[in-house]
Amino acid sequence: MQDAIVAEGLVKTFGEVRALDGVDLNVPTGTVLGLLGPNGAGKTTTVRVLTTLLTPDSGRATVAGYDVLKHPDEVRRSIGLSGQFAAVDEYLTGRENLQMVGELYQMRGSAAKSRAQELLEWFNLAEAADRPAKTYSGGMRRRLDLAAALVVRPPVMFMDEPTTGLDPRNRLALWEVIQKLVADGTTLLLTTQYLEEADHLAHDIIVVDHGKVIARGTADQLKAQTGGERVEVVVHDRELIGTATEVLRGFSRDGVSVDKHTRRLTIPVQGGAKLLAEVIRELDARGIEIDDIGLRRPTLDDVFISLTGHHAEDADDDGDESGDGSGSAAEDTGSAAEGAAQTGKDDAR
Amino acid sequence: MTATDTSTGTIAPTTLAPKPRGGLAQSVHDSLVIARRNLIRMKRIPEIVVFGLIQPVMFVLLFAYVFGGSIAVDGSTDPKMFREFLMAGIFAQTVTFATAGSSAGIAEDMTKGLIDRFRSLPMDRGAVLTGRTIADLVQTTLTMVVLIIVALMVGWRIHNGIPKALAAIGLMLLLGYAFTWIGALIGLSVRTPEAATSAGLIWLFPLTFVSNAFAPTSGMPTWLQHIADWNPFSATVQAGRVLFGNPGVSQSDAWPMQHPVWASLFWSVLIIVVFRTLAVRKYRSATA
Repeated sequence: MQDAIVAEGLVKTFGEVRALDGVDLNVPTGTVLGLLGPNGAGKTTTVRVLTTLLTPDSGRATVAGYDVLKHPDEVRRSIGLSGQFAAVDEYLTGRENLQMVGELYQMRGSAAKSRAQELLEWFNLAEAADRPAKTYSGGMRRRLDLAAALVVRPPVMFMDEPTTGLDPRNRLALWEVIQKLVADGTTLLLTTQYLEEADHLAHDIIVVDHGKVIARGTADQLKAQTGGERVEVVVHDRELIGTATEVLRGFSRDGVSVDKHTRRLTIPVQGGAKLLAEVIRELDARGIEIDDIGLRRPTLDDVFISLTGHHAEDADDDGDESGDGSGSAAEDTGSAAEGAAQTGKDDAR
Repeated sequence: MTATDTSTGTIAPTTLAPKPRGGLAQSVHDSLVIARRNLIRMKRIPEIVVFGLIQPVMFVLLFAYVFGGSIAVDGSTDPKMFREFLMAGIFAQTVTFATAGSSAGIAEDMTKGLIDRFRSLPMDRGAVLTGRTIADLVQTTLTMVVLIIVALMVGWRIHNGIPKALAAIGLMLLLGYAFTWIGALIGLSVRTPEAATSAGLIWLFPLTFVSNAFAPTSGMPTWLQHIADWNPFSATVQAGRVLFGNPGVSQSDAWPMQHPVWASLFWSVLIIVVFRTLAVRKYRSATA
């Protein structure tokens, strides 16, 4: 399959900062590439180079078969861009915004008009169509922005952190739109800080940090690279941690990691769910009461930590995702998860 | 409230944008689309237009009644003479002061995500700026109409017929349009809209005061008089007085004062060519 997006050795410096330090990537036609990384990793700079907004210091890139440096206008005809900050004119109505974009894509006035109506309906903005965009909620603006990127229904789309700042419901709704677009054959490059999002939407994932690609593969490949599943047990009674450790040692060749403070014991396992049942039976037989037990699959956050030594996200919004890959987390494990996240961060500093 | 209603089917098959028109036709088309955008904004933020009107009207009244009677025009200190003399200067000053708004508007645009959208579209590269300057010209024209009415009320008159008066107004608007390109360049060169507001205004004071606009240049030191005579702004003011038939036409031997209409045209076109080129180049390389 032909690649819709190709980048080779992209370098871009801003003063002292090497925002891009030799980024290579390719996105096969009709697939989604998730560009994953923390703030300042170079995700947005990559998108800006590929959408002709920024000229790289060196390297080359083609989008939809056109060189971004030599044929920027051909590239612009083939792409839609939905940015991190809703790029709409807030004093224009939703309809006026979409019509303007259509006309600037060189559509005829009447075609731009009917396309605007179509998109307003599709994105559930028809009722608000004739209100200035500044009266829209965050989710509505984001939808309008995405609609603007879809005016000509471009074969290649770039979305720079499309769901940052959206509430969960709006995020899910946007995911659905994205999946629909991909089902229709759109090639998509998506940047995100949310590991869950890349896991959910992307066929391939590239992890960037400090302007460099530090890992690439499918979500599963990246997870496998980090190591397999683990069983985590939270023992109720601190006195019994020693006994529980002995029990778990019987299931693990690689030893048991113990966090006395949170009463959490972790062992790497291969047996999956079957083994989990055995662990529970054995602990029960020894009379050890447990607060929580779960089979923990590595999340992309684990991948990130093992690759970079720090979390992908900022402190204020990473607690939940880092704690739980198995769906087993009881309420009281939240603090333990945060404790673990904190340790990870301290290491990074 | 979900964004997807999959029952309505596909969003339409993947398509490319239509072939670009290319050349001047596209340039004009795209500029007009952007001009319309800016005019809609003006309509929705009427404060900008209203305050744009108040300032020049205030200037007319202040100058006419504060300085009228203390500045001699053609050897006379009759306040009526001064008011007739003053108007061409106020008109020209008003059209040039409107450029501060262009600076601020463009600087503000450049801080918004919308500019990334524009720059990722297959549109004419200069259209965002040209559209802005066209919209500003519309606003300036509106201001001029109001100002002319106020001027007629304080005693200013046209003495050489309507066609010449229209030509004079045309020259004023052309000067104003030329200056919005300087404003555009300033707006692109500063980092914040706030900086653009002051940077867009400061240079206009010496430019409009070291001229024949508010007092005859004959009272200035010789070196300053030379600067005033060759000031692009003075040429348009002089052309206005000649075409309106107002008093106080400069008798200086300097070429622009002897041929003010041509000098005004020459300066305005030169400013447009130079500053449009610089501004469009700056816009292309700008990184929002």
